[in-house]
Amino acid sequence: MSLSRLFLGKRGEEPPDNDFDPSLVQRSGWAHTLYVIRRDVLAMFSVLWIAAMLISAIAAPLLAPYPEQGAGRNNVDDRLLPPSTQYLLGTDELGRDVLSRLIYGARPAMSSSLVVVAVAVLIGTPLGAIAGYFGGWVDEIIMRFTDLFLAFPSLLLAMAIVALLGPSLMNAVIALVASWWPWYTRLVRSTTRSLREQYFVEAARSIGVSDAMIIWRHILPNTITPILVQSTIDIGTVILATTSLAFIGLGTQAPNADWGLMIEGARQFLRQAWWYSIFPGAAIFLTVLAFNLLGDTLRDIFDPRQYR
Amino acid sequence: MRKLEYTLRRLLLSLGVLIGMTIVTFVLTRVVPSNPAALYLGQRARPEQIEAITQELGLDDPLPVQYIRYMNDLLHGDLGDSLATKRPVTKEILSRIPATAELLVTAIVIAISVGIPLGVFSAQLHGKPADVGVRTVSIIGVSIPQFWLGLILQLVFGLWVGLFPIAGRVDSTLRFSSPIEDITGLFVLDTFITGNWIAFKDVSLHLILPAITLAAYPIGLIARMTRATMIEVLGQNYIRTAEAYGIARRMIVYVYALKNAIIPTLTVIGLTFAYSLTGAFYVEIIFNWPGLGLFTARSFLNLDFPAIMGITLFGATGYIIINLLIDLLQAYLDPRVSLD
Repeated sequence: MSLSRLFLGKRGEEPPDNDFDPSLVQRSGWAHTLYVIRRDVLAMFSVLWIAAMLISAIAAPLLAPYPEQGAGRNNVDDRLLPPSTQYLLGTDELGRDVLSRLIYGARPAMSSSLVVVAVAVLIGTPLGAIAGYFGGWVDEIIMRFTDLFLAFPSLLLAMAIVALLGPSLMNAVIALVASWWPWYTRLVRSTTRSLREQYFVEAARSIGVSDAMIIWRHILPNTITPILVQSTIDIGTVILATTSLAFIGLGTQAPNADWGLMIEGARQFLRQAWWYSIFPGAAIFLTVLAFNLLGDTLRDIFDPRQYR
Repeated sequence: MRKLEYTLRRLLLSLGVLIGMTIVTFVLTRVVPSNPAALYLGQRARPEQIEAITQELGLDDPLPVQYIRYMNDLLHGDLGDSLATKRPVTKEILSRIPATAELLVTAIVIAISVGIPLGVFSAQLHGKPADVGVRTVSIIGVSIPQFWLGLILQLVFGLWVGLFPIAGRVDSTLRFSSPIEDITGLFVLDTFITGNWIAFKDVSLHLILPAITLAAYPIGLIARMTRATMIEVLGQNYIRTAEAYGIARRMIVYVYALKNAIIPTLTVIGLTFAYSLTGAFYVEIIFNWPGLGLFTARSFLNLDFPAIMGITLFGATGYIIINLLIDLLQAYLDPRVSLD
């Protein structure tokens, strides 16, 4: 089944409009989504920026002006140089090109956030669907367990776990997954509970479709849109979290490039080299902003009833 | 009656979560590490020291026995001694609470007094350019990394403009010229009570940049939430009735509508307060603010395990208590909240 069919229902039910307002022309779900994004300047910026960051992450050695420096090699003759034509965004305390470091820094940011959110969705969704669909004591057990995880301040838990396992990006990812999956369990559970009462689920049940099949074919496909909206916003939040952890030395380790780690290095040179602390922060900020804006736009498209 | 029942059940649940949390920290410190004694002594421990601490902490005993002893210590307020300072972790934490509390409370006050009016303002101009402006500001607030915002404020207002000090809580020379009398531990309040105006000005200036940095995220969240609920409330019939009666618009918005819109916002304020517990951590590092966060950062760097676990437990307890209070407050204020 193609994904676009999921949204067909919503658009298809609207009465045909005789005004020639192009926004009301009937389109399939994804075409409509693309159309709205193309018309919205901020959403368009988000998509382009996210694409640029993904490309940077994948093709860092090809894009970086000084790939060896991006990967961590020192260049001590050119320490803390201001932006120039040779080094577009200046250099850091070890003489490395800041632009190249930023391009390489997209790697841990993008990969770790995508992995954290993907794994959190994979753990949280089935638990939420089972809890919401069956209800009763199954629901009670799963949700109390989830509450326990939600009761922790997530970043604090992540810090404690990373400190214990030893600081590395991998351990930061593990710690963040541990504090992120419960949100998806909650989200999917509440969606499932409202779906369970609907006629198409009851119809499926009455003709003897098994519970597992109902969840797989009728419940899960309908939870995709809320998950999509939430995970878009969450990717941004996870980037904030991983770079924050790197900033306090609990994430990516030197000499690997990481935006948070760069800011930590730049802190003591604030007076001499503003460019060194400004640009990595701007990279984090713009990327998180892009995911937040895109998530907001997607929410508007998929759930117009909600005021945002 | 139902409220009492709800309160009791909610209290029990929080208690359960608290116990669950002690199990988590227990497992993290005693079960996961292959050699907890070595962890407790730091990196340069000699074998005989490890032997001694194993005896002292009873690490040879069965786990349930260890857990009961751990809980017993906890209930007596004993979180062990910090490896770095050799003082009890409980004391270290308690002595740093006022600094962090001052920062947190100031930030939340700023966030509420900016966020709520911003949200109300934006809701009234729903769809107009000013509304889009407020939405943009609030989304920027939740997207900006706190540690970076702090650096920018330091750079611009501290170094370039030179308006504010960029680090610490009080100028060290004040200790001799006009020393601060410690009454509450909140310096702004202490200097105000004792009429120590020179010190009052100094501590207030020190407080402004960190507090603004910490407030940015809550401002964004509170403005968004207030805006969303205000739009919903302003669309309701009783507002239209009030308008038909000719009641002043300002009265309708700030009294009749805001009263109902504030309740969901309360939850967000509670959540951001809890969130700011960890946010304060970064702000304290950036501004060298001598509170819990700076202590935590140092503990992480030194791998000071008793301190790390003490802080985790302490922070999580604070988080749970705040959540509990918010839930209860909401249940008492809003009859629509389901108590099941």
